[in-house]
Amino acid sequence: MSTDSNLSTRGRLWFEALAGQSGKSSDARDPDSVLVADAPLGGAQARFLCVVPDAQARFPRAREGEVGLEEAYALATHVREVIDSHKSGDRRPIIAIVDVKSQAYGRREETAAIHLAAAVAADAYASARMLGHPVIALVVGQALSGAFLTHGYQANRILAFDDPGVIIHAMHKEAAARVTRRTVAELDKLAETIVPLSYDIKDYAKLGILYDLLKVTDADKPQPADLELVKARISAAVDDARRGPKDLSCRWLSAAAATTRQATLKTREAMFSQWSQSN
Amino acid sequence: MTTSTEPLSSVHMPKRRDSFIELNGRERALVFCDLDSWRELLGPFDRLESPWLLPQNVTPQADDGCIVIKGKIDGVSTVVVSMEPAFQGGSLGEVSGAKICAALDLACRDNENGIQTNAVLLLETGGVRLTEANLGLAAVAEIISSLLSLRQLAPIVCLTAGTVGCFGGMSLVAALSSYMVMTVEGRLGLNGPEVIEQEHGVEEFDSKDRALIWAIDGGEQRYATGLADALVQDDVGEIRQAVRGLLKAGVPSVYRSAQVDLYRKRIAALDTAQQFNPEDLRKTWHRENTK
Repeated sequence: MSTDSNLSTRGRLWFEALAGQSGKSSDARDPDSVLVADAPLGGAQARFLCVVPDAQARFPRAREGEVGLEEAYALATHVREVIDSHKSGDRRPIIAIVDVKSQAYGRREETAAIHLAAAVAADAYASARMLGHPVIALVVGQALSGAFLTHGYQANRILAFDDPGVIIHAMHKEAAARVTRRTVAELDKLAETIVPLSYDIKDYAKLGILYDLLKVTDADKPQPADLELVKARISAAVDDARRGPKDLSCRWLSAAAATTRQATLKTREAMFSQWSQSN
Repeated sequence: MTTSTEPLSSVHMPKRRDSFIELNGRERALVFCDLDSWRELLGPFDRLESPWLLPQNVTPQADDGCIVIKGKIDGVSTVVVSMEPAFQGGSLGEVSGAKICAALDLACRDNENGIQTNAVLLLETGGVRLTEANLGLAAVAEIISSLLSLRQLAPIVCLTAGTVGCFGGMSLVAALSSYMVMTVEGRLGLNGPEVIEQEHGVEEFDSKDRALIWAIDGGEQRYATGLADALVQDDVGEIRQAVRGLLKAGVPSVYRSAQVDLYRKRIAALDTAQQFNPEDLRKTWHRENTK
């Protein structure tokens, strides 16, 4: 069991720095683990969202920053509010600040269908994107597996800090080694040549899914100069998202994907060609 | 009472079922289409296989464990995607992921061009293939996006028959489909029992306790609590009929995945001090109160 001091504070730090407020929700149904605020960004009003650890959470398996049932539904609520409050003019941007170690692994969660909760949040984010809201994910810490699918992976544009504490992956290293029957050392060795296995954010950037990799002075201490840089780059991502298609094609059409995701591109090309030949 | 005119076989022989679960992934995909209406796309002879497995001493498969059939069901164009449970646990890799995503995108394009094209997804999968880790997870996100686009235009029916079940990221795909069909043997959940036990111990989830697993993830429970739209026997005819019926029902007016307030209310009402009794949940989450 980790103590509170081991729990990540990055999400909250960057949320507070970027949104300029604590993010405590006024919706009485919300858990304290979900931060939500509206704040200016590049001349527009953006909605910021973040999941943080809450030692007092109702669900015992969602007290260390995991994305559980309450977190997923609260995120969906606050994303759909942005969609529903749209009247005219530009659709407002939604900024997901991501520092999530995992989805909640628990019997309560499975019984109460956490797969649906995760889908509800993913649906909300994707719906916002497809309606024209620029959805930006800023990965400041961990973005793992089902937690990232729930919070961030439906974004038009994904930005991450170039920092050793930033990890985007399908499963944490110890568990992945166990499941694939390898030692952590063997997994590290393989990851040197097999890019999608790597836990290094620089290797993740080679997959072409990332829009921007940001170098900050200290990922655990937002500095004023870094804050300006991060805001400017998020704004650039918002503008770019507004100009681009509303699907996720930018991920496999990127320059890096042309090298690393050749199998994706070849498969898509072959499927398009054979589909047209069929009835 | 039976009369003498009835054939002997129906009196004395138990009704024979035509098992779906015993079929492999390709055979499963082929039971749905109208006779002579189909062809396989990117079949094994196209040899589109994973580039990531051989360097890890894992033998790739020439269809990457994903079968795509384009044909007609009751005269309507339909793409049937089947994940092969026998290859790497039905796991999703870069190529199988790209196959599914591209098939959904093309079905979407056809609908936009006025050619009605439905989709059937046969999900037997443990989720992301960990030997392709980040590209599997990325594929799940891309499939979700493509599925949500297609869902607005045409029905997508998912089926989890067993015995692998549908776990990991692909459980979100199931939850986002237009209709979910399960057998009693089928299971649906985000985290498999082994993973939960590994993370939080046997008290949290005993992965050897089959009764517990099916009480939570099993088809009967998911159907009774409104998380699946049809519960069928492991019988080819019955499964085919259920899938055809749901395709005919067309695009639903309400989705589970848009019912944020309903599920928030349900989650808020749970007493988290103890484990939830799946039987009790069948009363409070009764399927008739869902949509």
